[in-house]
Amino acid sequence: MITMSEQTAMPVRAVVAGHGQFAVGIISAVEQITGRGAAFVPVSNAGLCLDDIQGAIARALDETGAQVIFTDLPAGSCTMAVRRLVRERPGTVLVTGINLSLLLDFAMQDLPAEGDMQAAIHAAVQTAVERGRASLAVYGLEVRT
Amino acid sequence: MSIALFRIDDRLIHGQVVVGWGQPLELRFIVLVDDEVAGSEWEQELYRMGVPPEMTVHFVTVAEAAAQLPAYVQQAQPGIVLVGDIGTMQRLVLAAPGLVPTVNVGGVHHAPGRLGKLRYVFLTPAEEQGLRDIASHGVVVTAQDVPSARAVPLEEFLAASGAD
Repeated sequence: MITMSEQTAMPVRAVVAGHGQFAVGIISAVEQITGRGAAFVPVSNAGLCLDDIQGAIARALDETGAQVIFTDLPAGSCTMAVRRLVRERPGTVLVTGINLSLLLDFAMQDLPAEGDMQAAIHAAVQTAVERGRASLAVYGLEVRT
Repeated sequence: MSIALFRIDDRLIHGQVVVGWGQPLELRFIVLVDDEVAGSEWEQELYRMGVPPEMTVHFVTVAEAAAQLPAYVQQAQPGIVLVGDIGTMQRLVLAAPGLVPTVNVGGVHHAPGRLGKLRYVFLTPAEEQGLRDIASHGVVVTAQDVPSARAVPLEEFLAASGAD
């Protein structure tokens, strides 16, 4: 089932999962910048054991039809839970260590209305990951030896 | 002693352990005590991927942990002993008498039959008794999810209800 936002009629493209209010916060930033926050569904690990985190993310995937999960921290419990899900659900994609640039790029890419949707999503993930990596920058750092 | 923490955490290796405790304590190894994980290459690979390169993970059963604890204690750099549930820590305390001085309850999350004690500690009556049994061996049991939080004494959090 594809869940559509009432405001934008935009299908959910991915689940965002992380610590505390990370997912809600970064999705709100996407919404503020692009109006496409509805492309994502948030999941928090707060107060949940590993099995319950896995269950919450699995439900979010089932309810939205999304096959992509973005998580905040490679060592985090959401990432651990999703790695189990990826093993159980071929075609599911996990991206961890995300940032706002990556999510913005993923939300803004145009996807075809028909055809090989999985291939299109995977290509969009790859492009967004490259954008996210490239967005890291440091200014004014002085390294003293 | 180079075991900086004996921790009960049902998420096992995750952000609080690797970053929250790992960085300030400069942990260099994790002894993950879990009979099931010790027998699963895939689970081990999953958890190994979650730690930074400077940190080693030893996957052991309770019996192996008890046998090797004297050697872990002699390590030059600090490490953590990590179990996923109270019963496993009980078994370790019994199998390694006098070698577990303190137990940190870091995360026992909500499940059917458990009552809330702290935001991150939910216990069944049997688990409450399990913690008391651990303490009866002279082990100091406290609850503390992250280093910046207060270590809550056993009797205090057993008497608590709901969020702290």
